[in-house]
Order: sequence, then C-alpha cells, then structure tokens
Amino acid sequence: MRTVDARGLSCPEPVILTKKALEAGESMYQILVDNPTAKENVTRFATHQGYKVSYKEEGEDYILTLKK
Amino acid sequence: MNDSTTKKETILIIAAGLIIGAIAVGLVFFGNPANMGFCIACFIRDTTGALGFHSAAAVQYIRPEIVGLVLGAFILALVTKEFKPRGGSAPVTRFVIAMFVMIGCLMFLGCPFRMILRLAGGDFNALFGILGFVGGILLGVVFLKKGYTLKRSYSMQKTEGTIFTVLQLVILALLVAAPAFIHFTETDGGPGAKHAAIGISLVAGLVVGALAQRTRLCMVGGIRDVVLFGEWKLLSGFLAILVAAFIGNAILGFWNPGFAGQPIAHTDGLWNALGMALAGFGCVLLGGCPMRQLVLAGEGNTDSAVTVIGLAAGAAIAHNFGLASSAEGPTANGKAAVLVGIVVLLVIAACNSIRKKGAA
Repeated sequence: MRTVDARGLSCPEPVILTKKALEAGESMYQILVDNPTAKENVTRFATHQGYKVSYKEEGEDYILTLKK
Repeated sequence: MNDSTTKKETILIIAAGLIIGAIAVGLVFFGNPANMGFCIACFIRDTTGALGFHSAAAVQYIRPEIVGLVLGAFILALVTKEFKPRGGSAPVTRFVIAMFVMIGCLMFLGCPFRMILRLAGGDFNALFGILGFVGGILLGVVFLKKGYTLKRSYSMQKTEGTIFTVLQLVILALLVAAPAFIHFTETDGGPGAKHAAIGISLVAGLVVGALAQRTRLCMVGGIRDVVLFGEWKLLSGFLAILVAAFIGNAILGFWNPGFAGQPIAHTDGLWNALGMALAGFGCVLLGGCPMRQLVLAGEGNTDSAVTVIGLAAGAAIAHNFGLASSAEGPTANGKAAVLVGIVVLLVIAACNSIRKKGAA
C-alpha cells in the first residue's frame, strides 16, 4: 500500500499528488490530509477514478483509505 | 462518501451560486455601484482608501461586505468545527503574488467575481477578461503539473487564527463611528459614494461568506479543476452565479448589453485580457480567488490573511502609482506594472516548481 502525505498542503496540491500516485495503478492507497476541503476533493477525485474511499480522523489529520 | 454525496455537493453549490448571484444583484438595487453587487478587489481597494492608505477620493468607503464575508466564514467554520488556525506556507511570497493579483484586477476593473457580474449585466468587455483569465489559469496549471508548491502550512495558535477576524470587526466599528480620519467619497464623487445601507451590506456579506465557506466556492478553482481533473463542481457554482445575476438584472432592468459606456469599465480588450491573465495566474499560484482567500482567512488560515493584506497593499500601490484603470482606459504605468507582474509571477512560479530529485 502506498501512502501519500499531503498534510499542510492546500488544494489542488493534495489532489495532484493523489493523481500522480494513482497513475501507478495500485489497488490500495493511504492519503493523509489535514483539512476538510482536501478530504472532500481527494475523495471526489478518487471516487471518480473508481476507488472506494473511507476515512478516519486522527487528531488534526484525516487518513483516507482508497481501495479498488 | 460516494457518488450520491458528490451529486449532493454539486446541487448545494449550484443552489449557493444562485443565491449569491441574486444577492449581488440585490445589492446593486439597494445602492451598490452598477455590476458591482460584489467585487472583492474593488471593495478591498475602497476600504484601503477609506483607511487612508491611498488618496483616490472617488474610491474610499469601508465596505461591510468584506467584513461580513470573513465573519460569515468564521462563524460557520466555528459551528462546523472547521475553524483551524494554520499558516507558515510562504507568507511573504503570497503577499507579493497578491499585490500583483490586485494590480491585474484594477487594470480590468474587477475581481473574478465582478467579471461574472459584469458579463451578467451585459458588459461584453468582460469576455476579454474571461479570455485572459482562462489563459492565466492555464499558465498556472502548467506550473502546478510541474510540481509548483509553496510548501506546507502548520498549526497555529487560536489567537493567531482569530486576529484577522477581530481586525475586520475593528474596521466595521470605524465605519459605524466614522471618525474624521476615515475618508469617505463625497456624494456623487464616484463609486465609493454608491453603497447599500450598512446593515444590508453586512448581512449580504455574512450570508455569502457562510455559503462560500460551506461550498468551497472559488472563481479560479472552477476552471482550474476542470482542466486538471475534469471536476465540474466548483465551475457549476461559478456558472450558477452568472445565471442568477443575469436573470436578476433582466427582471430589474439592469441588463444593458454592449461594449461602450459600461459602468466602471473600459473598452481596451487587450489590457482587459492581460489584467485578468495576471489575476488568474496569480490566483492559481495562491490556490484561490480573492473571495476564497477572505473565506479561508475567516477559517483561521493566516496565509490567506497575509494574502488579503497583500491585496490591500496592491490596491494602495495601484492608486498611489497611477496603475489603476478608469473608465477612460488603462494608464501607461498600469500597463508596465501588469507586464512586470507577469514576469515576477513567472519567476516565482518557476522557483517554486523546482524539486530535488527523489523528493515527493
């Protein structure tokens, strides 16, 4: 499972990093973000790419899990 | 989240866009300048003038819409627990980019928000603005794809995240108290003299600020996300504002199609386009349009607060150095400043796109 750490970055950077990582075509990813806008945008993008997205909050951060 | 959540978000932003477009036309009805129910650039410029940082007598008034936008976003962010003080992502760079964004906006005579409102009022000069705006955004996207970043932000103290909102309340108090050292455009003295009643402007700002916070509405993000990811959510909000403002203008008889004689606008197509190209490029580098920066500042983002202060500095410079256009057209100084701005932003974008090999 590949992990993308996009904490502290503002949009669209978390989505760009996610997009780049998804190009590897792996079936599972973990994306770390720390603001709700990034969480929503990454989720929307990954959903459109055919991934199932779930998330949990950990302190200030959101940990998104993308599965295909 | 799944596809239906995505759909819900899109419906919400379209509804918000329709309400915001209607409010913008309503503000003109209640006294704001024509096609200027909202203009973040113009309103920050007016407030900057009222505080005495520039002395263009025609454009001096503390605009409660700006205070309302920040306050509305702040309150809703508190309610939804999205208030998170953060900052430290290249604040000085952001300040400089914002200065040039303002200079670009004042070449065109409007921020991206007013660009839509001008088009909705029949001011076809805005079409050149949109052309340049899209060009500027595409240029910014090239750098985003090359890895442009201003690096990450960090958590800040609560006071640091709140202080900008408090500052807005102080500015509002200065409007209400109107001490002698605050400058107000005299009646019939220019756009600064045209404004809705304080309460109406403030409530309009509060509502729009809250809606924009909730929906993440952003004028520059819309086109950017479509180009980068094929994402239409933000752009649909942008289009909804256009539709609602157009209908509102048609109903109230404000629709006045043409190029010449448009309110607070000039007909120099090339410089309308280049001004908005600078603004669009800068906004992509900043991560959001001027309105979005106000909303983020309300949410506790101190980088956005610095950006807004940079916009204000840009407005002061634009009027002190004779860079801002008028109905007669652009100035020679303004043209030079826009070209300098494009070069400066290209350098900033290039310097922040270079990455060490192996770094993610």
